[in-house]
Amino acid sequence: MRVPLSKIARPGWGIAFDTRGNSADLSALSLPERVCVPLQQHIGSAATPVVKPGDRVLTGQPLARAAANRLGAAVHAPLAGRVQAIARQPGPGRTGLAVSIESDGTDERWPGYTAHRDPLRLSTSALRSAVVQGGIVGLGGATFPAGVKLNRGSGVDTLILNGVECEPVISCDDALMRTDVDAMLLGAQIMLRILEADSCIVALKDGMADALQTVTTALQTLADDRFSIAILPPVYPAGGEAQLIELLTGREIPAGGLPWDSGAICQNVATAAAVAHLLRSGEPLISRIVTVTGAVVAPANFRVRIGTPISHLIAAAGGYTDTSSRQLIMGGPMMGIELPDDSLPVVKATNCIYVPTIDELPATAAELPCIRCGDCATACPAHLMPQLLLQAQATSDTERMQSLGLQDCIECGCCDYVCPSKIPLTRRFVAAKQELWDIAFEKRRAAKARERIAARTTRQQRQQQEQADQLAAQTHNVSDTDTAHQKLQELLQRTGADREDPS
Amino acid sequence: MSGRHAPHWLSRNTVPLTMQRVIIALAPVTLCTLLWFGVGVISNLLLLVLFCAALEAAALTLRQRDVRAGLADCSAIVTALLLGLTLPPALPWWLLLVAAVFAIALAKHVYGGLGQNPFNPAMVGYLAVLIAFPDDVARWPQPAFAGMDQVDAVSAATPLDSIKMQLNQMRTMAEITAQPAFGLLAGRGWEWINLAALGGGLWLLRKQVISWHVPGSMLLTLAAAYFLLFAFTPATQPSPVIGLLSGGTMLAAFFIATDPVSGAASDTGKIIFGIGVALFCFGMRTWGAYPDGIAFAVLLMNTAVPLIDRWTAPRIYGHRERPR
Ligand code: SF4
Ligand code: SF4
Repeated sequence: MRVPLSKIARPGWGIAFDTRGNSADLSALSLPERVCVPLQQHIGSAATPVVKPGDRVLTGQPLARAAANRLGAAVHAPLAGRVQAIARQPGPGRTGLAVSIESDGTDERWPGYTAHRDPLRLSTSALRSAVVQGGIVGLGGATFPAGVKLNRGSGVDTLILNGVECEPVISCDDALMRTDVDAMLLGAQIMLRILEADSCIVALKDGMADALQTVTTALQTLADDRFSIAILPPVYPAGGEAQLIELLTGREIPAGGLPWDSGAICQNVATAAAVAHLLRSGEPLISRIVTVTGAVVAPANFRVRIGTPISHLIAAAGGYTDTSSRQLIMGGPMMGIELPDDSLPVVKATNCIYVPTIDELPATAAELPCIRCGDCATACPAHLMPQLLLQAQATSDTERMQSLGLQDCIECGCCDYVCPSKIPLTRRFVAAKQELWDIAFEKRRAAKARERIAARTTRQQRQQQEQADQLAAQTHNVSDTDTAHQKLQELLQRTGADREDPS
Repeated sequence: MSGRHAPHWLSRNTVPLTMQRVIIALAPVTLCTLLWFGVGVISNLLLLVLFCAALEAAALTLRQRDVRAGLADCSAIVTALLLGLTLPPALPWWLLLVAAVFAIALAKHVYGGLGQNPFNPAMVGYLAVLIAFPDDVARWPQPAFAGMDQVDAVSAATPLDSIKMQLNQMRTMAEITAQPAFGLLAGRGWEWINLAALGGGLWLLRKQVISWHVPGSMLLTLAAAYFLLFAFTPATQPSPVIGLLSGGTMLAAFFIATDPVSGAASDTGKIIFGIGVALFCFGMRTWGAYPDGIAFAVLLMNTAVPLIDRWTAPRIYGHRERPR
């Protein structure tokens, strides 16, 4: 069967990075001696622990379940061993409760999962709850809980399997497509079934020749005519969800909306593979592929258990080189976060550990005034005019910032990258957004409080009225002073009860 | 916790690099002007660079800004060079000083310095002295290649000027262009100066210092306007080639109208800006009192920039309408 293949033209926005030669093959990695698994590795709320210190856990055993009725995801034991502590620990980007486990070296599997020979025969609700149970989150970096995104009846007709890897230097998706393509495609079929969608586009980046070959061959064998392949130009951030949907379907996520409002959703190629591993072999999300690159002796991709200390990966990659800047970045050079040191654990969001060389990082250049060159506007994938946003920000004109689309900024950093005046635009927009958010939050809280007070006042007035009516009816046998006293007593009781009222 | 904020990579492009590239791109046209108009060009340029740099330093000191960083961005040098190439050679020093004061002190620093000026500084300086001292500024000597074949050493009209005057005297274009003041394509000397500016401009395009939007729309509109009139009355209208290779056309298209600070923000805005400059310039050349209306045209369009920016803001991703 011929697999439909389309090549997407280079968009006007973004930054063209030349695809670097990457070592996409998987290298072997020993099990770490201990892991540290943060209970919150995604947006939403932290998971609730179901083990306690001293417990022996097996590989894949649930450590914590997603908080009920909240956005979140479960976490599982990445290896077999003893729970040493559940305590607040610094993690990449956030400090919070984490489960530390010392490995006993057995890697004994938890038997609590069923492996299905043919997961595609399961009901959609069974599939979906398995995805939730398995703690599957988007592995592209945003770690949005996959179960939430995979919703029946959301009107999604297109599933995009995102293997574009929009940031330079990262190659974990490339490695996944080359080494785990069957799982990826099965996962995609499962997702299509959950979504009741009828088309799936596998999106790759121009230059991923081997991955393209692998995916094409696998699709030919699979002969599922819902699949097609799209090759994206090596432009950052073509692999961003909103941009990818636009480039592939011509549709946009409406402002303030959610991805599925566009009728298409993206799932990372590794997420799809994780879904397949879960249902076919009963393995929850306990590992992922991580690119270790930059100023290390032997840059490589590893399949890493979640919670593994980053130092373990660095050692496996031969250690730092002389040209290393001794800076650690989790993620890519455009959106990655800087880590204070390599003792932190790998989490579900860790797609890459990038050690820049000294000359890859810009010297902190003095910021010059904006010369209105417009390069930032040309580069902005959201079609904003960062130079005007900057002006509005300088005068704290929040209204103008909002009408200029501050909320639509995806914080991709393209504007900073191109700016000849070296203005940290993204950082300012992030701060301004946070401020707006805080203001809105305060407003909501104040409004809620006002509502509560108003409701209570009317309730009290009603009660008083009722009591007055009752009292009026009873006056024939109770003296006036007694009435007044009783009324006061009652009122006091009610207001006391009111205070407990959780509304 | 972490000091660095994403993005961790930044392009190597900087304001000083941009300005330095503009200066390099001005080399051919400077050389050509020098060859055809002699050492008077050098004295102009040297004095203007001196005045502009000194004024920039003085203004920065007064405004309590970093003088070294301000001078290092090279923007004052670019202004000086553009002034020097638009003014006729060998002007008295005090006149150049007046031009520099208007350009750097008034047009730039009164408005807040680099990035804040709504008007193109070089054009403000040029127009100030053109209006104040029209006898010195509106007249150019006859170009003479490397000082040889001196046709007429005294100041004379520029080719654009003389075309206009002679057309008024009922001469035809054929008669006019047959005169020794005209070369192969346009005014003798001027054609080379314009071609040199075009060359430098194309290099800037290739280096992505400027985008095609302003020069492209401006030159196309200018050519189209010349062509329209020329097609109907070829005897009494200069051809598009003369129009494009006369006066400061190419210098303006690639180096002056492309000034980002006083220009439009979006790509569509830049196209409108270029069309506007071309139309005003053509109108002034054809019907106005001054032979070359480029400086007026640029300043007029500068005033329209806030409006253009509002009209042409691109539609934001996920929105139905353009921001207002
Ligand atoms: S890239 Fe920088 S200098 Fe250019 S317009 Fe944007 S903010 Fe201003
Ligand atoms: S960070 Fe925001 S403003 Fe800057 S290019 Fe990206 S989306 Fe546009």
